[in-house]
Amino acid sequence: MKLKKNNAIPVFMLLLSVAGFSLFFLIPFLMSLGHAFIENPFTLRFVGLRNFTVSFQNKYFMLGLKNTAIFMAVGIPLNIMLSLAAALIINRLKFFSNIFSLVFLIPLAIPSATTAFFWSNLFAKNGLVNQWFGFGVDWFNSDYGLYVMILIFLWKNIGFNLVLFISGLGDIPLEYYEVARVYGASRFQMLCRITLVYLTPTFFLTLIMSFVNSFRIFKEIYIITGDTPHESVYVLQHYVNNTFFSLNYQRMTSAVYILTVFIVLFVALVLKAEIRLSRDLRRLT
Amino acid sequence: MRATRKAASVICYLVFAALAAAYILPLVITLTNSFMGQSELAHNLFGYVIRMPLLPSDVTLAQYRQILIESPIYLNMLWNTIAIATPVILGTLIVSSAAAYAFTVLTFKGKETLFFIYLVVMLLPLQVTLMPNYIVADFLGIRDSWLAIILPGIFSPFGVFILRRQMKVMPVSYIEAAQIDGAGHLRILSRIVLPLVKSGLAALAVLTFIEYWNLIDQAIVFIEDIDKQPMSLFLSRINQKQMGVTFAASSFYVFPALVVLLYGADYLRDGIRLSSNKT
Repeated sequence: MKLKKNNAIPVFMLLLSVAGFSLFFLIPFLMSLGHAFIENPFTLRFVGLRNFTVSFQNKYFMLGLKNTAIFMAVGIPLNIMLSLAAALIINRLKFFSNIFSLVFLIPLAIPSATTAFFWSNLFAKNGLVNQWFGFGVDWFNSDYGLYVMILIFLWKNIGFNLVLFISGLGDIPLEYYEVARVYGASRFQMLCRITLVYLTPTFFLTLIMSFVNSFRIFKEIYIITGDTPHESVYVLQHYVNNTFFSLNYQRMTSAVYILTVFIVLFVALVLKAEIRLSRDLRRLT
Repeated sequence: MRATRKAASVICYLVFAALAAAYILPLVITLTNSFMGQSELAHNLFGYVIRMPLLPSDVTLAQYRQILIESPIYLNMLWNTIAIATPVILGTLIVSSAAAYAFTVLTFKGKETLFFIYLVVMLLPLQVTLMPNYIVADFLGIRDSWLAIILPGIFSPFGVFILRRQMKVMPVSYIEAAQIDGAGHLRILSRIVLPLVKSGLAALAVLTFIEYWNLIDQAIVFIEDIDKQPMSLFLSRINQKQMGVTFAASSFYVFPALVVLLYGADYLRDGIRLSSNKT
C-alpha cells in the first residue's frame, strides 16, 4: 500500500495495543519462563531442563496431554465436517434455513453453568440416557467421559462454524456453478472442484476457531466434574489449574511452555498452509 | 425423479427439525423446570432415578420472586456482570480497531512476526493466560478488583485478529483515494474503514459479550469478595439445596445472552466473513 509519510497516528494506535498486550500477556509470560528452569522459588537453584523432563515423566501431565490430544484430534475435525455438511444442506433448503442456523447457534450463547446441570443429569448413573437406552454407565466417571465431553463441545460449537461456512458459501460466485453445469459437471464434481476449493479460507478460519473453542469447553468440563475428575476426562487445563492453585509454579510453567511450543508449531503450520493455498487459489481465479 | 427429490427434501426437513429440537432441549428443560416447586424438583432430581419432565406439574413463580424481589444479591450479581462486560466490550472495540487499522496501513519489518505472536497468545487456553494476568494484577495492585479482569480483556488479541482479517480484504483504493483528497488517518478510520467493517465490529461485540457473560475462571482467581462476583460464577457452583433458585437464576440469566445472539446473528455471519464482495 502506498501511503503518505506521516504515520504518527497509526504508529501510536499500534503501540497502544502492543503496550497493553505486552504488559498483560507477553512480558509476564516471558518472565515466568524463569520458573521453569529453577528448583523452587526459595533456593533459586538453576536446574536446566530438569523440570521439563520431570513433566514428561509426570503421570498427570502425560494423562492431560494425551486426553487433550485425543479431544482435539477427534473433536476439531468432527466439528468442522459436521458443520460443513449441515451448512451445505441448510444452504439448499428453501424454507427455514435462517431459523435452522439460528437454532444451532443458540448453544454458543448459553452460559456454561445454565446447562451444566442438565448434562450431568443426562449422563448420570441414574440419569436420563441410561433410562432411555439401558446402558447403566456412569458416563462422566467412565472411559467414555471424554467422548461425552466431545459431544457437548460439538453441541456448543457446530453452530458457529455453520454460520462461518454459510457465509463462505455465499461468497462463491454463482457463475462458477453455471459454467460447470454448461460443461456437464456432476453435482459431486462441483462440490469437490468448486465448493470445497473456494471454501479454503473458511476452512482455516473454522480450524482456528475450533481450536480456540476446544480449550474453552473446559468451563463445562470443570463445572460438571470439578478439579479431580475421572482419568478419562482429565485434560491439560486441569493440570495447569491444579498446579497453579497449589502454587507449584515449576510444574506449571514447564507444562505451559511445552503446550506453547505445540501451539507455536500449530500456528506456524496453519499460516504457512494458508499462504500457500491462498496463492494457489488466486492463481485459479 | 421429482418425487424422490421431494421426498428427500421432506426427510431433510424432518431430520433438521428433530436435530433442532434436540439442540434446544437443554435450554427448554432449564426454562420449564425453573417454574417447578422445590419439592417437585427434589423429588425429580434426587430420587432413585433422575427425572426431568418437560413441564412442571405445579407451576410456581416463587423462585423468581426470590431472585428478583426478595433477595438483592442476585440483581447485584447481574449488575456485577454488566459492570465487567461493558468496559471490556467498549475497550476491546476501540483498541482492536485501532490496532487492526495500524496493521493494515503500516508496513514495517517484523509486522507478521508481531501478528504471529498475537495469534499464538490468542490460541493459548485461558488457564494459561491467567498466570501472566495474575502476575501483572499483583504487580499493579489490582488483585481482587474488576480491573484485573477488565484490562486483560481489553487488550485480548482476538479483536485484532477478527478486524484485521476484515480490513485486509477491504479495497485499498478507498484509503488511497481518501489520502489523495488530504484526509488524515483518524478521518479515514472513522469515515471509511470503520463503516466498512461495521459488521465485524458488531460480531466482535457479540462474541465478547457472550464470553464475558460466561465469565468464570478469571472470577475464581481474582474476585474473592462475594459482593463483587459475577452471576456466572455463582451459577457455576451448583447448590443442591437451592435447585429451584439455581434453575430460575439460570433461566433469567440466559435471556440477555439470547437476545444479543438473536439480534447479532446476522452480524456474526457477515462480520467474520472473509471477502467484502457484498458491499
